[in-house]
Amino acid sequence: MGTRPGGTRPGRGWASSCLLRGQHSAHLAGTDPPSQRGVRGQAIHRDDQLLTDHAGVSQPAVSKHLGVLKQAGLVRCKHRGRETHYSVRPRGLAPLMDWIIFYSSFWHERIDRLEALLERMDP
Amino acid sequence: MTDPNKNDQGATRSVVIERDIPHPPEKIWRALTEGSLLKQWLMENDFQPVVSHQFKFRAAPVPNWSGIIDCEVLVVEPNKKLSYTWGTMGSETVVLWTLTAKGAGTLLRMEQSGFRPDQEAAFKGATYGWQKFIGALERVVAGLQ
Repeated sequence: MGTRPGGTRPGRGWASSCLLRGQHSAHLAGTDPPSQRGVRGQAIHRDDQLLTDHAGVSQPAVSKHLGVLKQAGLVRCKHRGRETHYSVRPRGLAPLMDWIIFYSSFWHERIDRLEALLERMDP
Repeated sequence: MTDPNKNDQGATRSVVIERDIPHPPEKIWRALTEGSLLKQWLMENDFQPVVSHQFKFRAAPVPNWSGIIDCEVLVVEPNKKLSYTWGTMGSETVVLWTLTAKGAGTLLRMEQSGFRPDQEAAFKGATYGWQKFIGALERVVAGLQ
């Protein structure tokens, strides 16, 4: 894990939207343009904003975190149409809190920030 | 036999991330090595691109973690290769950045190596990122019920 083919943006091609279910329930907005989301999309957007605000990270970062969580077996997912429904697997947490998982997520997020900085820098 | 990435318990593990970035190596090198730029995407630091220079990355401290990462510069090959040790919470790994010109852009590769199974216990107090993220997630999902 941790390796992605060059040029592939991890936030893309991931779930178009995510739904944590079971005892917990939350929406994460996907990468679809707002015009394609409609009324349901607006609800998703509000929840996404909430999650993003609380997590202190961007929505694409949240999507990537979820991707890592899925790879780590911390959540399971079921695809329904354009949505991916996630269930939390708390039992998966303990043995998987290791450095590899942590740093994989850490560096993806930091390199996203590096790319954003490069856009802002003079040529 | 003397491969630093191996030990008696078998191979250590690495995190490898590769990205195609539409900027030339020289520009990326600046972002990797100029302290004020480095701070903007990674952490507060007193980095200098000088082999053997010892420096620290500083993040906001959290319970069970000082927020400090102790580092020493190992390799400086301008616009090509940069490596430093990365020591925190009793674990020392090595971060290696490799920049390869590719068309008008760069293939950027980050490898953090040297994770040993017997160091994983040190992770217990260092889950700050996950605690923060999972804690936030729990609060949010709780509020949405």
